[in-house]
Amino acid sequence: MSRLAALLARETALAWGRGGGPLVAVGFYAGVATLLPLAIGPEPERLAAIAPGAAWVALALASLLSLERLFERDYEDGALDLLSLSSAPLELICFIKCLGQWLATGAPLALAAPVAAIALGARPELAPLIFATALLGGVAFAFTGGIGAALSLGARRGGLLTAVIVLPLFVPPVIFGGGALDAFAGGLPWRSGFALLGAYAAMAVALGPLAMAAACRNALS
Amino acid sequence: MTWAPAFLSNPERFMAFSRWAAPMFGVIALALAAWGLYLGFAAPEDYQQGQTVRIMFIHVPAAWLASFVYVCLAGASFLSLIFRHALADAAAQAAAPLGAGFTLLALVTGSLWGRPMWGAYWVWDARLTSVLVLFLLYVAYVALRASMDDEQKAARAGAILALVGAVNLPIIHYSVDWWNTLHQGSSVFREGGPTLAPVFLQPLLIMALAYMSAFGSLWLVRIRGEVWRRRAEAAALRAARGPGTGGSRCSISSTPSSSSRPSPSPSWCSPR
Repeated sequence: MSRLAALLARETALAWGRGGGPLVAVGFYAGVATLLPLAIGPEPERLAAIAPGAAWVALALASLLSLERLFERDYEDGALDLLSLSSAPLELICFIKCLGQWLATGAPLALAAPVAAIALGARPELAPLIFATALLGGVAFAFTGGIGAALSLGARRGGLLTAVIVLPLFVPPVIFGGGALDAFAGGLPWRSGFALLGAYAAMAVALGPLAMAAACRNALS
Repeated sequence: MTWAPAFLSNPERFMAFSRWAAPMFGVIALALAAWGLYLGFAAPEDYQQGQTVRIMFIHVPAAWLASFVYVCLAGASFLSLIFRHALADAAAQAAAPLGAGFTLLALVTGSLWGRPMWGAYWVWDARLTSVLVLFLLYVAYVALRASMDDEQKAARAGAILALVGAVNLPIIHYSVDWWNTLHQGSSVFREGGPTLAPVFLQPLLIMALAYMSAFGSLWLVRIRGEVWRRRAEAAALRAARGPGTGGSRCSISSTPSSSSRPSPSPSWCSPR
């Protein structure tokens, strides 16, 4: 147990420390949120209509950024070989890597999401729900994104490939989270969208590590 | 249906079968397409859609095939992942661009049909969006395989991605349907709709059969091409190793050499 805790601490520290970590993700997120009004126009009513959805899409894009380094670095310096030789199953190690990824980038992005949405003109009542969906959606993004990151190990231009693989798989969480926010903003029942987002996140947590471990074994073989 | 993969899993039998099956399916496809298109153009105008109803005979079978080919791709990927069968992987690799082609055809014809019907080339309708995501999945599969140099690793990574996509496709389809009911308003599709009149249904089904046999023919041709390419690579490798050294025997290769030894790994002589 303590070894797994140590692994989690290592993964979180690596995702947090090297290469900017949450700073890069949040900076990218702020950049996208700044570009949007510049492209669409500053009229408050037009921006307010798209604010929750725009914040949500920018979140999906920002969580793509650091995926590339999730397995690639350990694959290149041989740490992944060592991890695969340890007594813990590779599935569990992949699970912990994704958990560290989520702690280091998903959670800070979830804190930034309500700020960005309100800056774009969303009503402040939305802020708790945006935070909750971003936190839950971050789990789904980290665990489905990990599949793409593991699959593109050993490929040329792995980073771009990860995005191409992962974006179609991001369709359900983006729809469920955006739908919950949209329904809440319109005074409609929003719980179904939130529950479906949670269901997708739970499935990603359960099944994603299996695919990641299979992909890692393939890359290491 | 389990006998078909079992029978064809032998590369020799597969090559013997596909040698005459591929052209036969091609001829059947051409004949059915000619018949179906004739019936399609002979059919009367639809009272609502006018002449544009004829696009349906091209569009709807393409959309059906788009999903059908993904099922074939996922099935072949499953077999190649579990049994590490070389021919199943060749089948998966051969199916993906065909599926992408059918999906693109469905998208383009759907958009051409949408222009006079909806007044726009693209409407964010649930079915259109699902097909678009399916196209993106095909693109991801082809891109993943193309960007890996090691063929065996590319094969297994592609198979994993195909299966991940197969698990996700129903969820994506459901989520897009859910999204469409949420953002109702622009959808022009009549849900359920009027049942299709026989004058339209008959050419549609004939065209569907034509598409199926065209896919069967093209798939077999592409698998054959893949098998020949791998044989040529294996032969080049053997030639490069020089005579007498033997070398690992390729599981897909046709010429059994006396010096072949049973290889513990199921590799098929792809250069490492």
